[in-house]
Amino acid sequence: MTDTAVAPTTPPDTATGSAATALGVPTTAKPHSLVLSPVKRSGLAEQLKAGLDAPICLTWELTYACNLQCIHCLSSSGRRDPRELTTTEAEAVIDELQRMQVFYINIGGGEPTIRSDFWHLIDYATDHGVGVKFSTNGSRIDASVARRLAASDYVDVQISIDGADAATNDAVRGEGSLEVAQQAMKHLHNAGFKGFKISVVMTRHNIAQVDELEAMAARFDAELRLTRFRPSGRGADSWYQLHPTEAQQRLLYRWLLDRPEVLTGDSFFHLSALGEPLPGLNLCGAGRVVCLIDPIGDVYACPFVLHDEFRAGSVRDHGGFQRVWQHSELFAELREPQSAGACASCGHFDACQGGCMAAKFFTGIPLDGPDPECVLGHGEPLVDAARSARPSLALDHSRPSPVKLLARNHRAART
Amino acid sequence: MGFDAAEFDAAEFDAAEFDANRRYRLHERVALRPEPFGALAYHYDNRRLNFLRAPELVTLVESLGEHRSVREAFDSAGLDQSRWPSFEKALASLAASDFLVAI
Repeated sequence: MTDTAVAPTTPPDTATGSAATALGVPTTAKPHSLVLSPVKRSGLAEQLKAGLDAPICLTWELTYACNLQCIHCLSSSGRRDPRELTTTEAEAVIDELQRMQVFYINIGGGEPTIRSDFWHLIDYATDHGVGVKFSTNGSRIDASVARRLAASDYVDVQISIDGADAATNDAVRGEGSLEVAQQAMKHLHNAGFKGFKISVVMTRHNIAQVDELEAMAARFDAELRLTRFRPSGRGADSWYQLHPTEAQQRLLYRWLLDRPEVLTGDSFFHLSALGEPLPGLNLCGAGRVVCLIDPIGDVYACPFVLHDEFRAGSVRDHGGFQRVWQHSELFAELREPQSAGACASCGHFDACQGGCMAAKFFTGIPLDGPDPECVLGHGEPLVDAARSARPSLALDHSRPSPVKLLARNHRAART
Repeated sequence: MGFDAAEFDAAEFDAAEFDANRRYRLHERVALRPEPFGALAYHYDNRRLNFLRAPELVTLVESLGEHRSVREAFDSAGLDQSRWPSFEKALASLAASDFLVAI
């Protein structure tokens, strides 16, 4: 039940020593070379950078409404936007994705299960050849929902948490939120749903808990998914306190190298500057192979850049999603070869690709500058000075008066 | 990104389980989307993505079921013998993730 992107990359034939040519691999590849060597992947990666006629998959945030108020929420969710796509509009988007052969989508929010037509849209998508993985805080996954999910082959579930214990998790997501999430995990496990995902954004406070998180996933027959914390949405402010230290990043890199089965959404490619690349494509897929549709139908380059600068259009525009994907100026630009900029003089640009566009943008670092978390230390000296150049956050659906959540202090600090 | 690119490597599947003398076909729940590099494949049952990284590999995979064995399919496709081992490895990987089934 893993949703791995599996390139059938294989070692050159060991019997003859000839290089693998079936896979777009240069014939100069050394016999017996490592399966995952970057050289062998580069042919595909280069093609993907130039973009595809349709995304490999996309993220669709169905609603900005959320019953939590996580202090690092990438979409600053909380309140429903009155302009949200209607059921009919959402169905039309699914029809279009089916026509474009987008095989699966990641549904998120906000808390997507809050939408009253959520289950209908899931069924509508899977009935139209569009598989679904949805992210949830677990609050709506009771025993009967879990049984229903376990019975479907076409729906995958991802439960988000932010720590292995309540103290760590709830400080970010709100009081009682770990218990709620673990109840959902229990229901899925009891219903026989194997391989659902437990998704954790790596912060300074939970990165030391990776072993416990791994054990939790094993206990529930789930798969662990660790992703990088980006300074997006409400994370733009909390990033300064929450992002992992350089030493922690190095430990995580070793930990992930030892565990190719841990899912990462390819989000730690900046760590590949440390040496052997992590499994995956090691590229920024924004506007090239992935994108985001937000609750009101706006299309952005990726889930971490909900900002006018990275808005490519709307599914409500003439020509719909397909026209945005294939013809927007923004996406055309992102598919052009990117300059190494300030990173040109560093010998590791090929490995890290200059890091994450969203991480740079929301910390005020130029897009051709180093990643703020550059593992070779090129970003950190810029972080303080760049702070004044940070973009304003135009999109904010945070609730005005969060209740009983630790996020309160954080919000008070922002205003 | 929105998808997890955990690639198979030799440690994760047993190539010996793939028998090029047998007949295979594409799993009925696998869909292929043509791409310049070959095809993007998606398995609706196990929800895995797969990149078929050569146009010839795509043609071959689609025709596997029409031949009595994988080797016969190679032969019939006029595939140069020097490429057989790498194609065989690619097919073994696809079979290991259930994209191909033995018949």
